Amino acid sequence: MAAFRFENDLVCLGPIDNEKDAAVEVAWTVDAGYMQIRTAEVPRPLSKMYLKKLYEKIEKRMDESGNFYYFTIRSRTDDRLLGFVQLDWISWSNNAGSITIAIGAPQDRGQGYGTQALKIALEYAFRELNLHRVTAWVPEWNAGALRFFQRAGFVIEARRRQAALHQGKRYDSFVIGLLRPEWEAQSALASLGVDS
Amino acid sequence: MPTTLSLSGKKVRLEPFDPERDSVHLAGWFRNAEYMRLMDTEPARLFSPEAVKKWQEKDLEVERPNGVLFLIVRQEDDLPIGFIGLDGVDLLHGDSFIGIGIGEQELWGQGYGTEAMRLSLEYGFQVLNLHRVTLNVFDYNQRAIRSYEKCGFQVEGRQRQAIHRDGRRYDILFMGVLREDWELLSGGD
Repeated sequence: MAAFRFENDLVCLGPIDNEKDAAVEVAWTVDAGYMQIRTAEVPRPLSKMYLKKLYEKIEKRMDESGNFYYFTIRSRTDDRLLGFVQLDWISWSNNAGSITIAIGAPQDRGQGYGTQALKIALEYAFRELNLHRVTAWVPEWNAGALRFFQRAGFVIEARRRQAALHQGKRYDSFVIGLLRPEWEAQSALASLGVDS
Repeated sequence: MPTTLSLSGKKVRLEPFDPERDSVHLAGWFRNAEYMRLMDTEPARLFSPEAVKKWQEKDLEVERPNGVLFLIVRQEDDLPIGFIGLDGVDLLHGDSFIGIGIGEQELWGQGYGTEAMRLSLEYGFQVLNLHRVTLNVFDYNQRAIRSYEKCGFQVEGRQRQAIHRDGRRYDILFMGVLREDWELLSGGD
């Protein structure tokens, strides 16, 4: 089996670059849809200085919690910041964790960056962190996100009724999951050149 | 006419958790590993009353805590028998998680938890204006599932193989109760 790498042809996962990344991400924070994925708090635009503080908090939590791994997503061609992906709430005794991922700029979405970054992050989760399962949380109104995870093999596990209030309307909220054997079966197909 | 909330039932009442007074009870219940296997996904570990008090006190310092922790007290003799807490209260979406534990094991299966849950739901829906309440329960805890169903919770799905115990994997169930479910059960006023 080939060694795990933090990169493929299109993207790589990297650490935070405190100064440079804040200057890029500040423009994304006016997008409430992005902010709903980015933080658990009420979506609001963030200043560059606030973002730098947020990065410090993220790095502190990574150092101290022992169950949180955060990566920036960058372009392989020019190292440009594209988004972030994180594995969070890892329960080591149960080998289970959650994943959150977003591509920041609207023009960078639909280019395969997210799909390729998710692929690396899942390989990291199953091969490096030895997880047995990965969970993601997706509101019903974000059909694109649901399809995005389903293409990677995630299945709907729970439908929390009316849990998301979005622009004045109630939607269900999905809990979706991918198990190690499901991921392994896919990876085996992929290595044979079969498109799953 | 708005009614006031007493947080008090026939068998039990809810009191605000007092770190100074109540930490000794929580720390004692943690020693029961069987209880902890029903309560938490993480391995049982022990805390001194002093340690429990310290992490509970941290909550008092938070300006806008996103949780509410109650001690469950038996009415007949004022015995503290467990805790119940709304955790991760999300006022933006009107959703919250809830967790309960009856620490006094000889009192399991006697309806204390069910009544404490009903009192807490009344608090969640009437005071916090929640639209729904969510909880997680492990699929080997059938007694709890029955109790939650009595309070109006429905199974909304299951996280497959999410718990690892003694070399076997078990599911974590998601249960939810909507305000409308709760209103029907609680007499519609």
